[in-house]
Amino acid sequence: MNPESDGPEALQDVLRLADPTATLVVVGCGRLGAMLASQLSRVGREVVVVDRNQAAFALLDVDFSGFQVVGDATELEVLREAGLERAAYLLVMTEKDTLNLMVAQVGRQVFSVPQVVARVYDPQRESLYRAFDIETISPTSLTAAAFLQRTLVKGGG
Amino acid sequence: MRVILAGQGRIVYHLARQFRQKKMQVVVIVPDEEEAHNLARRIGVAVVLGDATAPRLLEEAGALRADAVLALSPHDEDNLAICQIARQMYQVPRVIALVNDPDNEEIFHRLDVTVAISVTRILSILIEEQAGFEAIGQIISLDEGQVTVSEVVLRHNAPAVGLRLDAVALPEEALIGGIVRQGAVVIPKGPTVLQGEDRVILIATDDCVHEAIAVLAGVVEE
Repeated sequence: MNPESDGPEALQDVLRLADPTATLVVVGCGRLGAMLASQLSRVGREVVVVDRNQAAFALLDVDFSGFQVVGDATELEVLREAGLERAAYLLVMTEKDTLNLMVAQVGRQVFSVPQVVARVYDPQRESLYRAFDIETISPTSLTAAAFLQRTLVKGGG
Repeated sequence: MRVILAGQGRIVYHLARQFRQKKMQVVVIVPDEEEAHNLARRIGVAVVLGDATAPRLLEEAGALRADAVLALSPHDEDNLAICQIARQMYQVPRVIALVNDPDNEEIFHRLDVTVAISVTRILSILIEEQAGFEAIGQIISLDEGQVTVSEVVLRHNAPAVGLRLDAVALPEEALIGGIVRQGAVVIPKGPTVLQGEDRVILIATDDCVHEAIAVLAGVVEE
């Protein structure tokens, strides 16, 4: 299983299900954010990427056709500039859990974005996100599960 | 009264000291080891070392029995997380946050923070208003910023000086909650006459706060 080659096709399948005109906002242009934004842009999605650091956008595909917004996502002005008012999806994936939690909540409560998903590293905080009805993806839990699965499959086989 | 302070720097130090002098039970959560030692040694408060946004740390600091949590870090997202963890996971009755970006004040109120204080806004109000030579400080903002409590210092020639309170034509949605006169509190009643240098505590809705200040202190010049 190679996620590099597997990713885009899987993404294509997923994207076929969703409204193709919907705008996506990705907050946090680290390796993960940049990869996702690039893939979305490649399949013709309208994407806006937000990062407080201009240099972070170097991680995007060279032919990335979406918008780039430089700024601190805890500021309403920055989110407004990113077009959160019209966005159908908000993906919050900075390196900082508390920032993700705040931006996700603002996305829901202030901008009424229909679909909000946030990345959370610390599994202890996941229950808190759930209390606020925010969907989360935890790289820590996912990786742990993947490692466990591999180990058990190998060991048990 | 049990209070948990989370943050860093002078503000935490001075607040902790003040609360301690008032015989409150104070626990401070600081991320820096040297600062932690310093606080414990110099003020003698209980100190928990670490990141206050980690749910376990608040519990360790006694959040389950705390009456109030104050989040005073320089990052809005951290202050929000601290307050929300305190409310949601430990049912702390009062959570108070420092808000660095004044635009976030309203969001914090919406997201279950009891009191959100924007120093930036307080200072900018002070500077703006003092340009018009009246000292007006907004103390707190309640109900999503719709009601504010302000302190208005009356000059000797302010329009309300010399008037009985019941003769001051305040707008409908404004009232005087107290007067501080030469360091003592005067309970405001109809016959109370306002004097120069009185510090008037004004409670008003956002719509009429400016009108109320104008009635008390005169039109503030830009």
